[in-house]
Amino acid sequence: MIAKKPAELPTAHPSQAGEAPPRDAKKKFLRDAAAHVGDTGHRAFVRKALSGYYSTRDAQQSRYRDWEQARDAAALAKWSAVNRLDELLPRFVDNFEANGGKVHWARDAAEARQIVLDLVRAAQAKAIIKSKCMTSEEIHLNAALEEEGYGVVESDLGEFIQQLRGEPPYHFVFPCMHVRRDEISALFGQHLGTPPTDSPEELTMIARRHMRGLYVGADVGITGANFLVAETGQISITENEGNARLTAGLPRVHIALSGIEKVVEYLDDLAVLLPILATAGTGQPMTCYNTLYAGPRREGEADGPEEMHLVLLDNSRTAILADPEQRDSLHCIRCGACLNVCPIFKNVGGFTYGTTYQGPIGSVITPHLRGLADWNHLSGASSLCGACTDACPVRIDIHHHLLHNRRNAARTAPNAWERLGHRLFVLVASRPWLFAAGGALFRRALPLLKFLRPPLLRDWLASRDLPAAPRQSFRRQWQGRGHREGRA
Amino acid sequence: MTGSSGGAGASAREVIMARIREALRVPAPLPHSLSHALAPPDDRGRGGTAAPPAHSTGLPTLTVLPESAARPWLPDCGETPADRLRILLENLAALRAVVHRANDLKAAEEYVFTLARERDWRRVAWHAHPLVEPLLAGVPCATQQITATNFDKHNLESCDAGITACEALVAQTGSILVSSATCGGRALSILPPVHVVVATLDQIVATLADALHAAQTRHAGRMPSMLSFITGPSRTGDIERILVLGAHGPKELLLILVG
Repeated sequence: MIAKKPAELPTAHPSQAGEAPPRDAKKKFLRDAAAHVGDTGHRAFVRKALSGYYSTRDAQQSRYRDWEQARDAAALAKWSAVNRLDELLPRFVDNFEANGGKVHWARDAAEARQIVLDLVRAAQAKAIIKSKCMTSEEIHLNAALEEEGYGVVESDLGEFIQQLRGEPPYHFVFPCMHVRRDEISALFGQHLGTPPTDSPEELTMIARRHMRGLYVGADVGITGANFLVAETGQISITENEGNARLTAGLPRVHIALSGIEKVVEYLDDLAVLLPILATAGTGQPMTCYNTLYAGPRREGEADGPEEMHLVLLDNSRTAILADPEQRDSLHCIRCGACLNVCPIFKNVGGFTYGTTYQGPIGSVITPHLRGLADWNHLSGASSLCGACTDACPVRIDIHHHLLHNRRNAARTAPNAWERLGHRLFVLVASRPWLFAAGGALFRRALPLLKFLRPPLLRDWLASRDLPAAPRQSFRRQWQGRGHREGRA
Repeated sequence: MTGSSGGAGASAREVIMARIREALRVPAPLPHSLSHALAPPDDRGRGGTAAPPAHSTGLPTLTVLPESAARPWLPDCGETPADRLRILLENLAALRAVVHRANDLKAAEEYVFTLARERDWRRVAWHAHPLVEPLLAGVPCATQQITATNFDKHNLESCDAGITACEALVAQTGSILVSSATCGGRALSILPPVHVVVATLDQIVATLADALHAAQTRHAGRMPSMLSFITGPSRTGDIERILVLGAHGPKELLLILVG
């Protein structure tokens, strides 16, 4: 039986995904990180959910005759497009409009929300179906639609579960990877009135049955876009479930949202980008559906929307573009590989970031999108191990960009205590007698420091021990072993 | 358009394009991680056609070689038609698509007949196509032809299967390329719970690039409003990363290979 009545949906989550008062962002991060690190059950569950990723990805990567060259080609395709955005974006727009689509430009989130609201109003929409779109999370579209009285249903299974839970996505590719099946069963029981089950398959079928009537009944479908092809004016959408195809296929109006950086020059570029996105993201040869849309239904075609709109969003992407050092972070194809391999993500979890884009790439771009002063703490949420950079299929220098952000933050808003510390160090280290005296003092004072736990040492000592101080300084020991000062 | 930032009078397009041009005034060096990819200009990058910088910003000009041979680093795609068929079948099996080989259209029709009877199909949807039409001749259930004038989504939603042709089969990835122009529109291949595709051996191409190139040639200047690579039946891993087939699209993908 098809459930015709939409589930009672909790209202969207404007505060959680990002609009947290920025002054509190760092405090909230530290508090949530501490809570998550202590939650070993949660960490074990997330680690287990990601454990399969490594084996499937490695198996798929090994089918490439040379994975590294494939990464080069993907990175070059993105690099040459991003660096010629001034030429390629207008070319894409012209070709997209020649195909019968309509382009709307949005400088920021508020303008994008207003455009979508106007389109939805003009369409006299009664029911809106939506497929996974991180750009819509970025602009908090659902909350804006609901405020105006429009019901909107997320059709991607993971997003649907998160919508019912009233939570933003935990991971921008695997939105509900932190939720156990018994919780999903209870959630569906509560909202859809279905009997409990512990079978992922049955749970998926519950969502499938619930959603089918909604696809058919919706008059507006909202999707994202993974690539904008300048050569042909097509937009490319990558998915596994088929929900985006239904969302873009059945309703009378199709609205797609995309960042301006998604442009590629040639259709042929997708012959590399589509497989590499799937392999890096989920360990698949290709995701199930990779679909190119060129405007609304054409004459002679059986079905399809009467109107197709594309909202092109800047929202500070041009600020990243203006930074040549970090411009390559616009290569990002949102595969999520850097999250899957990140030791920080695995330990603090997706919500701790408090950002639309979690994990290493989110830590790089969020300070650009929402202010370095308030979000620089994310640059510190890294062990600088470089696993993200190794995993990135488009070769974004992610962990170095975290260092760049730290440096930029130190330049623009230097910390007075850090500066004082560095001055003191220079003062001491450039005077050998002072250095020796300081060392002697410190060796003797160490047990006392351990006992007193002064503020600067307290955080360090909370999870670590201080080794006992050696009796002699390094220089004395060196001399004692028969070395002369000044000799290697 | 209602705007909330930018200069009064200037359209959002003008403002964003001005920001882009301003941002790109400072050229970005080729990322360090990529410097090896351009030099020497052998067979790296896009088919080894990376030429020395020609653009004013010092960007290399990259041209396109759609031939499959141009990307010898992607997964194996076969040298001969026999290789490509073998790789295609291996990939489809791994994707849990079901392949039925039929010597001719008569054998294919018998297979569809058996499917309909065994599964107790009440109604199947199809579209006019020289490969599809003969399969419906004796099918023991109601049929619904999808045309440009009679599309009804409620009607299609209640069909047990959709039968379509395809534009190409991609050996390298096991993908089936369908289009809204030649495969019965957008919904026929995604809405019914079973998708039956009928194709001939000569529709097998080596790579995604070949399939895209073929579509570009076939629909020169007028791309269909939808082109979709279907790679296995619909699936999800959203619940505890456990694979489930048939999330929203077809639970089963059956390919009838004629020839």
